[in-house]
Amino acid sequence: MSTVQVAPPLGGESFVAGVRRRVALTGMSVVYVLLAPLAVVMLCVLTTSLGVAVVGAGLLLLLLFVPLNEQLARLHRHLSGGLLGARIEAPYARAGRGSPWRVLRSWADDPARWRDFAWTWMAVTIGWALAWIALGLGLLVVWYAIFPLVHAVTPAGTFDMDYGIYRVDSVATSFLEWGFLAVAFGLWWYLEPVLMRWRAELDRAMLAPPRSVLERRVAEVSQSRSESIDHSAAELRRIERDLHDGAQARLVALGMNLGLAEELLATDPDAAARLLSEARTVTTSALGDLRSVVRGIHPPVLADRGLAGAVQALALDMSLPVSVTIVLPGRPPAPVESAVYFATSELLANIGKHAAATRASIDVGHDGRALWLVVEDDGVGGASLATGSGLSGVARRLAAFDGTMDLVSPVGGPTTIRLEVPCALSSPKTSPSSATD
Amino acid sequence: MRVVIAEDLALLRDGLTRLLEAYGFEVVAAVEDAVQLADALRTCRPDVAVVDVRMPPTFTDEGLRAAIAARAERPGLPVLVLSQYVEQLYARELLGSGDGAVGYLLKDRVADVTTFVEAVRTVAAGGTVLDPEVVAALIARAPDDSPVSRLTDREREVLGLMAEGRSNAAIAAALFVTEKAISKHTSNIFMKLDLDPDDVGANRRVMAVIAYLQG
Repeated sequence: MSTVQVAPPLGGESFVAGVRRRVALTGMSVVYVLLAPLAVVMLCVLTTSLGVAVVGAGLLLLLLFVPLNEQLARLHRHLSGGLLGARIEAPYARAGRGSPWRVLRSWADDPARWRDFAWTWMAVTIGWALAWIALGLGLLVVWYAIFPLVHAVTPAGTFDMDYGIYRVDSVATSFLEWGFLAVAFGLWWYLEPVLMRWRAELDRAMLAPPRSVLERRVAEVSQSRSESIDHSAAELRRIERDLHDGAQARLVALGMNLGLAEELLATDPDAAARLLSEARTVTTSALGDLRSVVRGIHPPVLADRGLAGAVQALALDMSLPVSVTIVLPGRPPAPVESAVYFATSELLANIGKHAAATRASIDVGHDGRALWLVVEDDGVGGASLATGSGLSGVARRLAAFDGTMDLVSPVGGPTTIRLEVPCALSSPKTSPSSATD
Repeated sequence: MRVVIAEDLALLRDGLTRLLEAYGFEVVAAVEDAVQLADALRTCRPDVAVVDVRMPPTFTDEGLRAAIAARAERPGLPVLVLSQYVEQLYARELLGSGDGAVGYLLKDRVADVTTFVEAVRTVAAGGTVLDPEVVAALIARAPDDSPVSRLTDREREVLGLMAEGRSNAAIAAALFVTEKAISKHTSNIFMKLDLDPDDVGANRRVMAVIAYLQG
């Protein structure tokens, strides 16, 4: 539908291709003309419900029609973005969760929703007019092109024209109208792309994220990027240190033990046997060190069973009963799985340390746009995202994936934490890995 | 005693073969993936299988899945599963795959040759063997107000060794006390945890203790 663009292709185009592009643009103008009545409905309903928002009915209408208007705006972002050959991003802030009241509040605070509303005014006034003119130009060309035919098939005199200096009243003279065809074609040729571009640019101006939003977004992204770089650098340093002080040191000791045992084997077999048995203990602790390092990098159960199995495994390690409900039709991308796994692990550790809870639950799902995970406990509540707490670290690390964390933890409990990470799910098959055991 | 070994790394496969043969086991097949394992279990009819969790082609948990599938096909088939790491989740799945004749150990335990060989024999004889790390985690997750907290340190030690699948004699040897002292401890533990004192048979005792700890 939106394969046509207002701009000619970079390398220029043939006359035929130019005509074809303008025909397609005229077709698009029909789409805009037909969509405008929907915008009229939105405009009327939204204006009315804002006016009567003090009574409940207005609020109910808003709950229904603000999302509908979002869909209409989304369609126009798609169409106009296609015409301009650019993607128009949706600018909405994250909607509130829970009660309808919170949802409405978050909409009211979101400039993008107000801009959507303003856009309906544009779409039914100048936007509609532009689309009509663009359509009219096309119809004009068609009309003059088929005029001789129309003149011939209609009863004599119906479409006779008297221009004073000459009259159109016969088949032969009806072709004189083709003079106007040239004018109409010229107008259509030059104005059709211009009108449709104006229309699309108006949509973009009102529906795309404003510059300030984009700037804020860039600032967020660069901050979360530098934080995740810091974080992974720190992780690598930690792993290096763990290996250096743990497994590596133990292997050195092991080598010494074995060397010494080799020396003593002939002269003092008892001492050699003691050294060998010590060497065996050292291998066990070296393996233990390596295991804990591996768990910190990528837990094997996550590799084996994906997020679902790994979260179950985490729940089983808790000393309180944790019910787990996971509905995932496929697997999230590996980095997301890993981030969400470590976040869950941190949240559960927090419950174990601070919540004094008697039970907890974990729910995991995917709403088509994002992976979500909700951890609830019946503990004492009062958890906060204050900087420096484990929870703020979780939120920071999820931010690297555009993920978010919502915390509801009144003093006295219960505590509900919801994680969301936008991602797609892959088809549910086991992916081969190259690790060995 | 006839053994099938499934382990994809040649170094460890040969090591296990040599070790078990040195202790009088007959290694009838040493295979390197789950498909070959299933074939070997069907054709060789071993007394016990020693299986690595992570094997080709996906290098995840096919050893575990193969073991559980084989036990579903032939109930009571003794399988000892070895892994570089242990998970409560996998322990549960293995224990749930039939009554006894199952073991789940860290690969590290192979280094303690006598205990490892003992574990293979226990599993072959229909017993249950659980890795100390699994048992420690099970005991650690008992809530503060559970009867486990009323056990003395010694009793808790004995409880752990029972859950690992050790016999009274083995526990006595490990703790350097007499078997009589151990049976006193075990009856105390059964009383404090309110377990059925009739569950004294070697495997029933392990299952009762584990079931209790798993909650």
